[in-house]
Amino acid sequence: MICVKNLNKSFNGNLVLDNISVTFETGKTNLIIGRSGSGKTVLLKSIVGLHEIEAGEIWYENILFNKLNFSDRKEIRSEIGMLFQGSALFDSLTVEQNVRFPLDMFTDKSNEEKIDRVNFCLNRVNIINANNLFPSELSGGMKKRVAIARAIALNPKYLFCDEPNSGLDPITAILIDALIKELTEEYSMTTIVNTHDMNSVMEIGEKIIFISEGLKCWEGNKNEILNSDCETLNDFVFANSLAKKLRPTSK
Amino acid sequence: MIKFLTHIGNYFLLLKKVFSKPEKPSIYYRQTMREFVYLGLSSIGIIVIISFFMGAVITLQTAYNTENPIYPKYLIGLGCRDSIILEFSSTVAALILAGKVGSNIASEIGTMRVTEQIDALEIMGVNSASYLILPKIIATLLFNPILTLIGIIVGIFGGWIAGTLSGVITSENFIYGIQYAFIPYYITYSLIKTVFFAFIITSVSAFQGYFVDGGSLEVGRASTKAVVYSSVLILMFNVILTQILLS
Repeated sequence: MICVKNLNKSFNGNLVLDNISVTFETGKTNLIIGRSGSGKTVLLKSIVGLHEIEAGEIWYENILFNKLNFSDRKEIRSEIGMLFQGSALFDSLTVEQNVRFPLDMFTDKSNEEKIDRVNFCLNRVNIINANNLFPSELSGGMKKRVAIARAIALNPKYLFCDEPNSGLDPITAILIDALIKELTEEYSMTTIVNTHDMNSVMEIGEKIIFISEGLKCWEGNKNEILNSDCETLNDFVFANSLAKKLRPTSK
Repeated sequence: MIKFLTHIGNYFLLLKKVFSKPEKPSIYYRQTMREFVYLGLSSIGIIVIISFFMGAVITLQTAYNTENPIYPKYLIGLGCRDSIILEFSSTVAALILAGKVGSNIASEIGTMRVTEQIDALEIMGVNSASYLILPKIIATLLFNPILTLIGIIVGIFGGWIAGTLSGVITSENFIYGIQYAFIPYYITYSLIKTVFFAFIITSVSAFQGYFVDGGSLEVGRASTKAVVYSSVLILMFNVILTQILLS
């Protein structure tokens, strides 16, 4: 479980996140949704410690993460896997070396054990016979899947995904969503996904928070989102013409 | 002024991070070997070409400026040797390497920054500054002196070829000149300068790349800044080190 309390974050005096409080539950895919520029990525990067926050608390179980220094954070970071918007695979390493990197860095496993683990992770995300390819030789969907394989290499307790579907076609996007949900349940991880894709929301949104202009405006799940009273959320959810047609008539 | 001091402060804070204890020395060793190839071995070609022609032109210029019979011919060889050892093999080669290696380092690290690869390292708990920069510094500190020695040998060889083929000096005179009044300390002086310059090139370029904020345009700018700042610092430290080491 990850608990965020009264989080504030600003850049050059501009408040980007204003008093955000939320609990992300274990074994669930928790979604942070909102328009581009609403502060989703800043919230995600603040939670993992890539941005230092001005005020508030970030708790990983019973550890106050934001008060730890770099070396003390390492222990928690070894339990974190993260999928970045652009995949962030290391260009100079092959697919196998990318997935193997955290194993080389943080474990004392034998070479065979590492290779077994790499192949297991790659198989788990349906990447076959691509061990020796470089990231530049992969499609967008394959890059995301390799990045997921790298993120789960160390059996993380926490999985963070920043816009996992950006730049993907709808079918590949659904496959990535399904994979994230399966892995979350399989390893009982606390998963937090940043997205503005309503398909993702309706597919995997077990817990959803909606952020607008740095404020948390709404919290619920995929069953409640279509019947919300929050106008800003409704403008977001029913933005396109197809969604408008499907909007409940009472709203 | 405050901005300048902030940059200086950030530079030394980055160096503190770079020289902190490595997570796993075996991985750093592997990275250092990789950098030997990318930053060291791959620079041999350009150093050989530049040194050869530099030696050739120094010999020809010295010859055409010392045509008066009161100057013994072997001075051409001596002039070529001392110019190459004292200045060209270290300073000019460092300026060339600032362009080649410096821009390479700044753009590599800068691209890693804008594509979130550095964030990915940090999330894993890896000290990204140390992991990315320390192997480059070690590789250049160890390999650039070798490049300097190669530069000296090839430069003098270039001078000999140009001098003898053009007929401005005989082979005997040139060889006598490069042996005449040789001061071995000049080699030490040149190597000490090279080590300083290698550190400047690598650390300044890595600093520019590491703190890139934005996209490809900013990576390009960082690369340019890396070359310009490294070159200016090399020329500044050339004066300071010369005063300290030769006075």
